[in-house]
Amino acid sequence: MDRRESLKALAIGSFSVSTFLAACKDNKTTVKEAKDGAGADVYGRTPEEKERDAKLMGDKFFTNAEMKTITVLTALIIPADEHSGSAVDAGVPDFIEFMVKDQPRYQVPMRGGLRWLDVFCLKHHKKIFVECSAQQQTSVLDIIAYPEKATPETSQGVMFFSTLRNLTASGFFTSKIGIKDLGYVGNTPNEWNGVPDDVLKQYGLAYDEKLLPLYLKMEDRGKLMTWD
Amino acid sequence: MAFEIKQQGKVYDVCIVGSGAGGGMAAKILSDAGLKVALLEAGPKYDPADPEQATQLKWPWQSPRRGASTTRPFGDFDAAYGGWEIEGEPYTTKNGTQFDWFRSRMLGGRTNHWGRISLRFGPRDFKHKSYDGHGDDWPISYEDVKPYYDRVDKMIGVFGTKEGMPNEPDGYFLPPPKPRLHELMIKGAGDRLDIPVITARMSMLTRSVNKDRGACFYCSQCNRGCTVYADFSSSSCLVKPAMKSGHVDLYTNAMAREVITDEKGKATAVSYVDKTDLQEYQVKARVIVLAASACESARLLLNSKSATFPNGLANGSGVVGKYLHDSTGSSRGAFLPQLMDRKRYNEDGVGGMHVYIPWWLDNKKLDFARGYHVELGGGMHMPMYGFGSGIERLNGKYGVPAGQTKQAGGYGASLKNDYRRFFGATVGFAGRGECIAREDNYCEIDPNVVDKFGIPVLRFNYTWSEHEIKQAKHMQDTFEQLIHELGGVALGDKPGADSMYGLETPGRIIHEVGTTRMGDDPKRSVLNKHNQAHEVKNLFVVDGGPFVSQADKNPTWTILALSMRASEYIIDELKKQNL
Repeated sequence: MDRRESLKALAIGSFSVSTFLAACKDNKTTVKEAKDGAGADVYGRTPEEKERDAKLMGDKFFTNAEMKTITVLTALIIPADEHSGSAVDAGVPDFIEFMVKDQPRYQVPMRGGLRWLDVFCLKHHKKIFVECSAQQQTSVLDIIAYPEKATPETSQGVMFFSTLRNLTASGFFTSKIGIKDLGYVGNTPNEWNGVPDDVLKQYGLAYDEKLLPLYLKMEDRGKLMTWD
Repeated sequence: MAFEIKQQGKVYDVCIVGSGAGGGMAAKILSDAGLKVALLEAGPKYDPADPEQATQLKWPWQSPRRGASTTRPFGDFDAAYGGWEIEGEPYTTKNGTQFDWFRSRMLGGRTNHWGRISLRFGPRDFKHKSYDGHGDDWPISYEDVKPYYDRVDKMIGVFGTKEGMPNEPDGYFLPPPKPRLHELMIKGAGDRLDIPVITARMSMLTRSVNKDRGACFYCSQCNRGCTVYADFSSSSCLVKPAMKSGHVDLYTNAMAREVITDEKGKATAVSYVDKTDLQEYQVKARVIVLAASACESARLLLNSKSATFPNGLANGSGVVGKYLHDSTGSSRGAFLPQLMDRKRYNEDGVGGMHVYIPWWLDNKKLDFARGYHVELGGGMHMPMYGFGSGIERLNGKYGVPAGQTKQAGGYGASLKNDYRRFFGATVGFAGRGECIAREDNYCEIDPNVVDKFGIPVLRFNYTWSEHEIKQAKHMQDTFEQLIHELGGVALGDKPGADSMYGLETPGRIIHEVGTTRMGDDPKRSVLNKHNQAHEVKNLFVVDGGPFVSQADKNPTWTILALSMRASEYIIDELKKQNL
């Protein structure tokens, strides 16, 4: 490694140390809350699964510096708008931290991808990603966020960003905020009585007249079935 | 470690190994008749209504992995424990072939996972060799099984509509739910292509069939297990009521090791290891019923060697483990542009499809011998891990206002809006077909490998023939036809010859059957037409093992009907003192 390269490496390294110290207190809170959350939320785990969850919750994979970059990136991928909050508001960075421990195949691509991004930023803006200005950050994303127009020399960055975009979408739209935003209105006891009339009309569809008398009538739901 | 084999003094009338569809039904019928039953299950107790075990109506954020399939192959909320890999319980393959073996060690077994698609085999399915010369005919016909199918329909409940199709027999149906929007669209496309799209046949109670089970409340989560027992699983609908009789002793975490026989060649007991204390036990009974799953029951027989049965129990024919066959499977997804920006409403419905495509063509006019049905997916599902993945393959191409261009992928407010716009706009097609049973597709005991309990494990040898490969090609062509007719866009590349047209690895469809097949000829079959071993009168197998051929149907309804039939035969034979 030549002197220029080692200086860059140092820049990334020293940043990690300083943010680690600064973020130490916050990080403790996050881990504790996540643990409490897992304990409180019973979701039908076997004893082995409970043990595994608890261990993963107690482990830490990303450095504080990495978490800070993930936080900035996910907020850029899914920002707050007039309908709902951002990916960060929905807790996506913590979800990603959990997923890389739950599915270790993510670990090298994510860690390496974050590093790729910082080195790319150092080359072009002489600063790592989180220290770039907002305008510089979006100019970097414009290079790696559009697979079809991206140049071959940034393909690894494109791959990283696509993975991160997928994880962010997963995390956001499976959160309380995201599900409300999306307008998913199920997961509740209800009576399915077919596609609403206005929707049928919109698509020019209708139920088969021959089958209509055979479909369940909601008033029969509570009656025991007999065939005689 | 010092241990001894603990024998119970008590002799049961019947010992059943396995509590899935076959074992649950046997426990119900035999205990209803007043027989004393020991029911062995290799896994823990399970009740979907137990708050500690329930996953129904949970939200994705209650799982830190948002429902991902890290520890359960069908996702965090799926009821079934286990999977294709279980720690400490390996299996092997030979000759470079592949077979993936799904096991669910828990009360109710794999009925806690299955799609509740409940299809009767048709008249031709029992006599396929007579029709096309392949495989073998069953020793029984549809008429023999029909009365039991009728009773299973009424006892467990299945919705559907009478269609009068020759090889898709109608039954006693519950009123079905109306189709969803994308299902109406697929029905329309099918009508134009002359492909029948008919009411699905699924075992969810749109109306209840007895006072112990509630009616479906349309949360679409049958695979999570139902807290009001509105869907069928063996644990909720058969074992639970059987236990109430007081005639059934349930042994959980009891991993069967072998069937013990006496010097006369009669089965006398089942030996098992208790997974909780790792001690060895034996349960004695006058009749032994194996229902551990097709491959597990075959393994148990092959591991039950003695001077009288050097080749494994009931295996003088050498047929145990052979004729293993799983359904074929191949699938494709599609995006329907007309479903973009759709109005939101709750279309959860039952857990799975409200309509499906039964096999509709004549194989005599095709280059492969057996048919398939098509299962349909789609709709505004609860988002789970994986939601929105691969948006860059859609959002630059579709739904872009005229005159504008948009780059695929992206980030920010515009991307966020794209996820909303594409919600509920994809559909899926999954073909599930019949594989011809062959002697050279088999499982056997691996001479070198044991599991963590010291039980010798299975080794699989399985290949697809040209019939299955060509069938998968036909599935893919059908999917494309339907997608084109729908005005949709097929997702991903069409699977070609290099991937056998997307044909799944054997075992992946979890319909494996045939390993202890029934027949009239003791040299070519393990069981007679009553599921009774030719060589051991008081030994029965009532899981998928007795199947001679699989049909292009899901096997559960037939396992249930045949187990009911065999159980009543056992009751009769015990009365006559023949066992």
